[in-house]
Amino acid sequence: MTDPKTLSPLDLDTPEKPFLDANELVINMGPQHPATHGVLRVILRLDGERVLGLECVIGYLHRGVEKIAENRTYTMFNPYVDRMDYVAAVSNGLGYCEAVEKLLSVEAPPRAQYIRVILTELNRMASHQLWLGTHALDIGAITPLFYTFRDREEILKIFEKYCGARLTTHAFRIGGCQYETYAGFEKEVKNFLTFVAPKIDEYEELLTTNRIWIERTRNVGVISAADAIALGVTGPVLRASGVKWDLRKAQPYAAYSEFDFEIPVGTNGDTYDRYLVRMAEMRQSLRIIEQAVNRIPEGPIMAKVPKIIKPPVGEIYHSIEAPKGELGYFIVSDGSTQPYRLRVRPPSFVNLQALDTMVRGLLVADVVAVIGTIDIVLGEVDR
Amino acid sequence: MPNFIMSYLNSKDAITPGAAGSQFWALVYVFIIFTGVSVAVMAMNWLERKALAHFQIRLGPMRVGPHGLLQPIADAIKLMLKEDIIPAEADQFVFWVAPLIGLLAAFTVYTVIPFGPSQAVSDMNIGILFMLGVSSLGVLGIVVAGWASNSHYPLIGALRSSAQMVSYEVAMGLAVVSAILMTSLNATGTGTLSMIGIVQAQQQQGVWFIFKFFPLGLIAFGIFAIAMIAETNRAPFDMAEAESELTAGYHTEYSGLRWSLFMLAEYAAMIAVSSIAVALWLGGWMRPFPNLLNAPAWDFIFSLFPALTFFGLAAIATVGVVRMPAHSFFKIQRIGLAAFAALLGFIALVLLVIAIAGRSADASVAARFREGIDYVYWFVFKVAIFMYLFIWYRATWPRYRFDQLMKIGWKVMLPISLVVLIMTAIVGVLVS
Repeated sequence: MTDPKTLSPLDLDTPEKPFLDANELVINMGPQHPATHGVLRVILRLDGERVLGLECVIGYLHRGVEKIAENRTYTMFNPYVDRMDYVAAVSNGLGYCEAVEKLLSVEAPPRAQYIRVILTELNRMASHQLWLGTHALDIGAITPLFYTFRDREEILKIFEKYCGARLTTHAFRIGGCQYETYAGFEKEVKNFLTFVAPKIDEYEELLTTNRIWIERTRNVGVISAADAIALGVTGPVLRASGVKWDLRKAQPYAAYSEFDFEIPVGTNGDTYDRYLVRMAEMRQSLRIIEQAVNRIPEGPIMAKVPKIIKPPVGEIYHSIEAPKGELGYFIVSDGSTQPYRLRVRPPSFVNLQALDTMVRGLLVADVVAVIGTIDIVLGEVDR
Repeated sequence: MPNFIMSYLNSKDAITPGAAGSQFWALVYVFIIFTGVSVAVMAMNWLERKALAHFQIRLGPMRVGPHGLLQPIADAIKLMLKEDIIPAEADQFVFWVAPLIGLLAAFTVYTVIPFGPSQAVSDMNIGILFMLGVSSLGVLGIVVAGWASNSHYPLIGALRSSAQMVSYEVAMGLAVVSAILMTSLNATGTGTLSMIGIVQAQQQQGVWFIFKFFPLGLIAFGIFAIAMIAETNRAPFDMAEAESELTAGYHTEYSGLRWSLFMLAEYAAMIAVSSIAVALWLGGWMRPFPNLLNAPAWDFIFSLFPALTFFGLAAIATVGVVRMPAHSFFKIQRIGLAAFAALLGFIALVLLVIAIAGRSADASVAARFREGIDYVYWFVFKVAIFMYLFIWYRATWPRYRFDQLMKIGWKVMLPISLVVLIMTAIVGVLVS
């Protein structure tokens, strides 16, 4: 039997090249498939049920976000970033606002920074909860989905009360926050913390020590630290391989340097470790939120930013630790009100290219598990 | 009345119509069982949705009828009215015949299921063999469906399913053999393959086979209980229709009535294998503690259970009526649920009357009727527990991967069942 690791990538652009053995089978998974998380299309090359290689076909959700940016002012483009990773819209907004602030050389006031941290970490929780539910659903556990969605709802309620929107929040503005926190915000966030901590235990009770869950995830989709770094993988997927790289610690932004938290890392780089890392991250998020809520300073929430934003000529790359990995914005300014070029480095897009490496030699059922464990959002992959 | 109708009723000994050679009553039993199983499948369908929904903090069906009670009927109508699509590239005849094979296999098994000592269509002397043989034919329907669809996902689903069913049948068969060995522990030293004979052996030995030679019977039962989930393609062994991987597995290309036939076959098969488990290890139609609490008073108390169950169901429905919001939108729903509660209460009353009228253990018609109801009730009660477990498993566990499933089947279940079989034989010889 051929070792799938040695095979060349699928070359589907040249169909005249015969790459199929008599026993092989090519299956098209998606773009309409229950487990491809939106509109990902995966072309699988199979030997029976063993995966020999795959190719991801993306672009079904391409909206030209980067091009749109070139025709909008900096302020007008702000809501668009929410539509990329729509399950973690707050993180997207944070990254964009901070990038433009860096370009403008302004800094958001401390109170705004704290509000940003609280909302971003709440959003990380929400994103991880959604990941957990769908990932478990892919592996066949149908119940955790409903538990995670029930608890995620509480986060969305806080968002809704804060800025009027649940998913595409547009919570932050360049220079700070538009809205002051509503009355009882701190209390509600604290209530949420006490509410959700036992719920995380509940998810873990269903899965962490479950024999089937362990068998389905341990040693599945293993990626070594070297491979992960070579492929540019970031976020929980990288950390599960044992690399302690979290931009919140490595290049602190917002107010993250003021909080005490740990970076959970895994050892094997398999699906189970990625699961454990994300579960631990949820708990760390709770720690950060608790500290932020207790120490939230008084003061203005908006820095002095000109009415019409016209950054000086120059370019900037700013990245933050989004729930799925490093989310970077590269902005080139020509001194006008609109960016000359805006490039987004979405974590899902970069992480997705590790899929082929991770699933070679595994079975069809594992492809689904691995797609789930990378935690992609197609809105962000295609932009 | 014609002789061919009355002769069976007048015979004094309780035997099945098949054994008595009464074709008329055999046909009547077939009709009753067919209707009963179809209703049970519908009830199971509703119960599965409701129970699963409540596991998952949802309400489940609430709109069609009070608490969604009419949902299975609405679904059946919808499925029957749907356009019946046969893919252009499919093998038309095989595609057409595949669901029928599955359905036939699932329903044929019921001819030998012993709902009571005489409450079965026939008492075959090779009952359990017949049952295993016919229920294995169900896999043919699945393979053929996957092949005839001429599509990748169904093909993979069908292959998975056939490999899975074939390998689990081995462990299942060995577990069954260890139960059959236990039936030979009597004066003559001969066992039986007849389903009714197996239950009667448990009656004579005064112990359900699940507790016999503890823990051997229990392990054999456990192996059967696991294998039967794999056999019926239910979670966590639902590889064949793994939704997240193969969209819908072998029935991806099916729609409408044909698809519903597959569903019907699946649920009928679930009930059938649960019936085997009940008959072989859980004392079949016997009520709990038939030897320990054998005074006539206890007989009477246990014969009240059917009536009490229906009273309980009626009470639950009544609570539902009371709790229905007092709004005119709910008027029809309230009336419907109240009527349903009244129906359940009426059934309960009838059962109560029968239980009281037939409390003497003589050969009167009422007594025979009461006995029959008791047998069927306890059998169905035990099967219903299995049905609930099927739902519970589905709500709790992730799905096994195909190779892990095969590994468990061949490397864990098969050796254990072999050891249990040998141990049972050794212990059996030592005891007798």
